[in-house]
Amino acid sequence: MTVTAHPTTTRPAATPAAAMNATAMKKIVILGATSAIALEVQRQLAHQGRELLLVARSPQRLAELQADLVIRGAQRVLTYSTNLASIQQHAAVFEFVRRNFPDFDTVLLAYGSMHDQKDSETSVDVLLEELQVNFVSATAILTWFAADLERRHTGCLAAITSVAGDRGRRSNYVYGSAKGALSLFLQGLRSRLHPAGVRVITVKPGPVQTAMTDTMPNSARFADPEQVARDIVRALERRSPDVLYTPKIWRYIMTAVQQIPETIFKRLSF
Amino acid sequence: MSGQSAATLRKQPAAPPPIKRILSWGRYPKVAHHHVHKPAWNDQIPEILQAAAPASLLPYGLGRSYGDSCLNAGRGLIDCRRLNRILGFEESTGLLRCESGVSLSDIVDVFLPKGWFLPVTPGTRFVTVGGAIANDVHGKNHHCAGTFGAHVRQIGLHRSNDGLVICNSGSEANSDMLRATIGGLGLTGVIAWADIQLKRVAGPWIDAESIPFQSLNTFLELSRESNDRFEYTVAWLDCFAGKNPRGIFFRGNHAADSGKEFHPRRGPKLPFALPEWMLNRYSVKAFNTAYYRIHATRKGAAVVPYDSFFYPLDSIRQWNLLYGRQGFLQYQCVIPETNVEAFEELLDRIARSGMGSFLGVLKQFGSAPPAGVLSFPRPGLTLALDFAMRGERTLKLMQSLDEVVQQSGGALYPAKDARMSPALFEASFPRWRGFVPYIDPKMSSSFWRRVTGVQ
Repeated sequence: MTVTAHPTTTRPAATPAAAMNATAMKKIVILGATSAIALEVQRQLAHQGRELLLVARSPQRLAELQADLVIRGAQRVLTYSTNLASIQQHAAVFEFVRRNFPDFDTVLLAYGSMHDQKDSETSVDVLLEELQVNFVSATAILTWFAADLERRHTGCLAAITSVAGDRGRRSNYVYGSAKGALSLFLQGLRSRLHPAGVRVITVKPGPVQTAMTDTMPNSARFADPEQVARDIVRALERRSPDVLYTPKIWRYIMTAVQQIPETIFKRLSF
Repeated sequence: MSGQSAATLRKQPAAPPPIKRILSWGRYPKVAHHHVHKPAWNDQIPEILQAAAPASLLPYGLGRSYGDSCLNAGRGLIDCRRLNRILGFEESTGLLRCESGVSLSDIVDVFLPKGWFLPVTPGTRFVTVGGAIANDVHGKNHHCAGTFGAHVRQIGLHRSNDGLVICNSGSEANSDMLRATIGGLGLTGVIAWADIQLKRVAGPWIDAESIPFQSLNTFLELSRESNDRFEYTVAWLDCFAGKNPRGIFFRGNHAADSGKEFHPRRGPKLPFALPEWMLNRYSVKAFNTAYYRIHATRKGAAVVPYDSFFYPLDSIRQWNLLYGRQGFLQYQCVIPETNVEAFEELLDRIARSGMGSFLGVLKQFGSAPPAGVLSFPRPGLTLALDFAMRGERTLKLMQSLDEVVQQSGGALYPAKDARMSPALFEASFPRWRGFVPYIDPKMSSSFWRRVTGVQ
């Protein structure tokens, strides 16, 4: 499958800096709109009166979300129901966005999956699915949007990865490697899109209280999705940072974790 | 966050350990639950109900019931807080449809700027719509608006045996199931969504008046005289004053839009449970005297923001920690108005015990017919009072208050209760056996098992 930018007649000859200043966040595409963090982000964006295009699997849930967000102040909410893990659907997703929401300026990729690590140690199918959802499909769909924003010399791409991707750990390295690979992909994409004035934000949340983490011990002490969403919305509005750790303390925790020598780290059971 | 490490990222195998940290607002009793479901979507509920054992579940909202009516010791809860979407709103009529985990606070935040307010609001905004229905909560306007349940037009109710049941308040389908669910303590099923009739208001301001009084008779006169002219009436009571209590009578109406700008406040938060020695009869007496004096000197009319009028305690987040680690019990009863002597006896017993606390609230209920089968409000005087939990002597005092309530033909409020006897429950809700057929076979609660003996 090839991704081609759609032909244009005029191309704004803006410098990166000028283009950046022009990127006011108004129209946001959310990929994985029914994920717990996305729900909170959308609510805050609705409160600000933004326009949203939500992509998620369940048409029923999308309809409920649409009603909620419009009443809460969103200027317009469009929805598209598809399974984003399925790459065959991506062309249709992008076509829908291009037709109905052509001047979108921000994209947030918020979906992911986390299986029990033990399952992916014994089942290659589970392993591949984990990589497919969290890494392969994510990079595929982002590539469509990246090409469009690059052509238009504007906008912002953000994706939720994880602090789990900062170092491979015994207990969670499959999910971690998929998210870590996505972080690397975004790093490269950021550099590629920088000359075009398109921002790329890597969002690395620590553990958050969501359905994904409900069964973990201590989940009551995890970050509140509302706080994480506030950090994300603020990052989308402003120009920095490129890599957002949320809550902020995880930047320092992961800096420390990355300093541990491998000979010691491999003996740690977490 | 300091207690966390990346280790917490690890996914654990399915069976979670008993979850202890779910408490009711009174932080008493402290019980462990076997499992807590946290559905984020209504489409997940049927599966949870199907998979559950009989009498194993109870819907849980923001946990603002004071005792054990929102708890299910040793069994399961369905935490409904993630079911918090607004599904529809008719601008012309003010009819709202929302999921059961939407908080009243959220409704006020979204709809007050559009000129709509809650038809009935309790003294805290941090309750869910599901909780407000399940406890059929009342507010300062009970004498003219009845209870919250009176403004519920229709609900969708997940039942384990017959799916999503639409219950309408009119003569249409399942109005009996709606009447059972209003005040039904969550036992009839999980509310998927509810249609609530909001009320038109001019803005966020209240024309409020506060009037000091020094006897029960003065209170009654003030109340009778005000109930025709004021939408909202309530009184604060100094429970240390005995038979002739002093207090402050508050009354108010929604103000016409003054154009004055409104800035919501966010108050401080009590960070941890206060040491128990800080709360004693001397400190509480001193507080009550100061509170009375300040309000007595400030008496008169003023235009005040709605939040300080309706929700004064919400301005201190986690105020329940004031009562220390053992928590507290709230005692809310209603006593028929014809029985003022019983009320005086009650106040006398409280004053003599020296154990009362600052938050004595007194209100004259109106005569609206109950909206639910197990609704608490009924004509009479209702008194709500907090008691720090100090073991046996606290429970003894409350038993002695029970005698007065029961002899007077009064009732206790399940939403506030953690210890009433089956006999007093029977006396308060003589029709409870008629409610039993409406209970969902998968539902039960600590409260229900305690007061009915049904396992």
